[in-house]
Amino acid sequence: MADAESRFTALAESLKANLQAGEDFSLWYSAEESEFIRFNRAQVRQAGHVTQGSGRLRLIRDDRSAEIAIALSGDLDSDRQHLAEGLVQLRLVICQLQPDPYLQLERSAWHRRSVDEAALPDSASVLAGINEAANGLDLVGIYAAGPLYRGFANSFGAYGWHTAHCFNFDWSLFHANHQAVKADYAGARWDADEFANRFDNARRQLEYLGRPVRHLHPGDYRAYLAPAALDEVLGMLSWTGFSARALANKESPLQRLQDGSAHLSPLLNLDEQVAGALAPAFGPEGAPRSDVPLVRDGKLTGQLVYPRSAREYGLQANCADANEATQSLVMGAGTLPLDNVLERLGNGLYIGNLWYLNWSDLPAARMTGMTRFATFWVEDGQIQAPVDTMRFDDSLFNLLGDQLEELTQERQLRLSSSTYGERQTWSALLPGALVGKLKLTL
Amino acid sequence: MFECFRQRFAALKTRADVHSLRIVRQRSEQAMVRRGVAEPPTLGMDMGAMLSVRVAGVEAYAATADLSPAGLQRALDKAEELARQIARYALVDQSRLAAPHSSADYRSPGLEQPFPSLAERLELLAEESARIPADPRLVNWNLYLDSQRHEQLYLNSAGAEQWQDLRFTYPGISVTAFDGSDSQTRSFGGYGSGQQGGTEVLQRLGFGGAAARVADEALQLLMAPNTPSEITDLLLMPDQMMLQIHESIGHPLELDRILGDERNYAGTSFIELSDFGRYQYGSPLLNISFDPGIPEELASYSHDDDGQPARKEILIKDGKLLRPLGGALSQQRSGLPGVANSRASSWNRAPIDRMANLNLEPGDQSLAQLIGGIERGVLMSTNRSWSIDDARNKFQFGCEWGRLIEDGELRGVVKNPNYRGISAQFWRNLAAVGDARTFEVHGTPYCGKGEPNQVVRVGHASPACVFRQVEVFGGVQ
Repeated sequence: MADAESRFTALAESLKANLQAGEDFSLWYSAEESEFIRFNRAQVRQAGHVTQGSGRLRLIRDDRSAEIAIALSGDLDSDRQHLAEGLVQLRLVICQLQPDPYLQLERSAWHRRSVDEAALPDSASVLAGINEAANGLDLVGIYAAGPLYRGFANSFGAYGWHTAHCFNFDWSLFHANHQAVKADYAGARWDADEFANRFDNARRQLEYLGRPVRHLHPGDYRAYLAPAALDEVLGMLSWTGFSARALANKESPLQRLQDGSAHLSPLLNLDEQVAGALAPAFGPEGAPRSDVPLVRDGKLTGQLVYPRSAREYGLQANCADANEATQSLVMGAGTLPLDNVLERLGNGLYIGNLWYLNWSDLPAARMTGMTRFATFWVEDGQIQAPVDTMRFDDSLFNLLGDQLEELTQERQLRLSSSTYGERQTWSALLPGALVGKLKLTL
Repeated sequence: MFECFRQRFAALKTRADVHSLRIVRQRSEQAMVRRGVAEPPTLGMDMGAMLSVRVAGVEAYAATADLSPAGLQRALDKAEELARQIARYALVDQSRLAAPHSSADYRSPGLEQPFPSLAERLELLAEESARIPADPRLVNWNLYLDSQRHEQLYLNSAGAEQWQDLRFTYPGISVTAFDGSDSQTRSFGGYGSGQQGGTEVLQRLGFGGAAARVADEALQLLMAPNTPSEITDLLLMPDQMMLQIHESIGHPLELDRILGDERNYAGTSFIELSDFGRYQYGSPLLNISFDPGIPEELASYSHDDDGQPARKEILIKDGKLLRPLGGALSQQRSGLPGVANSRASSWNRAPIDRMANLNLEPGDQSLAQLIGGIERGVLMSTNRSWSIDDARNKFQFGCEWGRLIEDGELRGVVKNPNYRGISAQFWRNLAAVGDARTFEVHGTPYCGKGEPNQVVRVGHASPACVFRQVEVFGGVQ
């Protein structure tokens, strides 16, 4: 798809030419070429190449709208035809609809273009590098790489194009006792030294994991949540937490923060921030994305507003997509130097990752989940032993409220390795968090 | 329109030992009415192909939406190139794996019946929505009716030719009530109760007239006390049994997890290869089947996505673990028997071991007998929260709806019903199994797993079941 942009432009032009009087359209384009190499026991379990593209075509007429997602082959003539057929299908749908009281359109003719010409490594050399590093180790994970394309155009003259070449190697090293450490290396240029450095860090943690496992009893524990663990917590929160629709419908875990009956720590600052993210600077709803301050000093200061929610609830839209979830979350840094984390933790849990979080009482922002990967028992600031998998069940208004003691100075950029449907572009820039009490239940 | 692909497949050129084409067309329509207003409908039309090759025992794939003869040939060449590239690093030698060669033509029930138009579906949803009472505490209500059509043709160089044409229907209702501090959501059907079929699914699930009851139950929950915290008996209704079976039997029995493939993402299993044939998974009342033969269940099919014929198998009999959930390749790797459950989410993902339909076989007690046998306990219904460790052992699940049971009788409604336990112990406390009259078919299109990630449809049918000595608890308030 070397000329993906020109094909996208041609598709948008052909749609414009096919419009009838009184009609408007928007087209969201998402495509990728992906190499997927899956590892188990440091060998290749499964490998494949995927070329895929889709166009989300929306037709608007007489205060009504409907949308169709169509697979695109990359062949211009064929794709023009598929979109033209989609347009006809949408006309048949729209004529069955009532006027939509919440339809809101972005009519500005904005332009955004971002093209990353980075040269990705060839998979043969990556395979050789991973094979060399993993020699004798039990490595499991996935390498995903290739160009991503996103485009937006509409009949009001808006145009956005985004090309990113990126790889994401997401892997774990397992000890013979089934304890494991997780690591990742993602970016646009594969640096063998950087990869070796990350691999060595993981291998060093593996040595600690060989110590006899500590079994903990349920109770309250002092804990440090590494950025990867905090990412799971905030990922769960971001699913509906900042959604204008969920807040209005009382289906958000932050509704009590909004009404003032619950509080988060004044150390907490969260933003949806466009710059520096992997996601494009525009969204499928027809507007450039803008920064949104979500939490300032523990107070809810913003929400993510989809245009339809704006119309329904009398709010100002801010380029959120239909899910109203964060895409590029940034948490403000704290003052705790990373090198001092174990010392400040003293006696407690160092939690490398959390897993499978869910709400156990949503209005109270109480969530449950499991420890996973590189979780250690620490005494007098020294790692003592890996900890058997434990369940926590606690409210965010505790963890990131009264119990939040410090955030680290250093932050880690977390790039999503999610590949549901397509390679995702979510990211989060996060510190680690030291909490006074975390409730373990099982 | 799939006819041309037989010729295109026959014309492909390759030096691979075995090659196959799996072509998938998925069409979808989503209709929703929220707070009495129709949302803009969303349609989907996805079509593409996966070409797989096996070269000297090494398999690789390439997926493309370019279905022209040249596009398919390019993908096949890419797969072959990749198979040769990874050969020296390959984990599995598949050279002894026989390529399937059977033919099939499988169709969902009721495909010949007309499906209501979008306008008719929106009208039905609007009518049902109008039954939500005008109570200021009811702050949100969604009613939806989604339909999906999945057509798939599998061809391989050994002569297999398998056609499957499936239709899925997901009717759902969700109502949220708010009292100024707490909010409670009650739902019906939806993505936990999808079935194969068309309009008959609506009748079977009882969609018409359900909205008023759902709204009433949301209001009841708002006024209800929290579920008490105690160790007690637990009666799980089929729409929660579905989740319990899925998470703490289904996933642990997946062979690829036990073989370590999923350790970096979905996780591993507390079950080991040596447990099959000897491990006592649950009480003698526990009988679990892999059953692709219940027509309306979401994952009923004739062949899996590797072309293997599917048939019912008992995985757990009288509580003893007999057979894992593993497709042909996992069976070869493990030396264990399995089932035909190698499945992919679509044309752009490769098949891996999935759950498909995993059911708990009915027992002999009516619902009244199940309740009557409980001195003190809680009935829980409709899953709303799920969390389990990566070995699928320590779990915590939450439901929407709870009722206290005292002296063999149902008592008051309780909110925020949660419970937690350990899979390896929980099923051994299975004390009573409902009969066929309590047996219901449920399923979800959202079972996530695999690297790269994929979601597939899974079906779970179960009677109501009673468990002894379970830790139950409520919410914060």
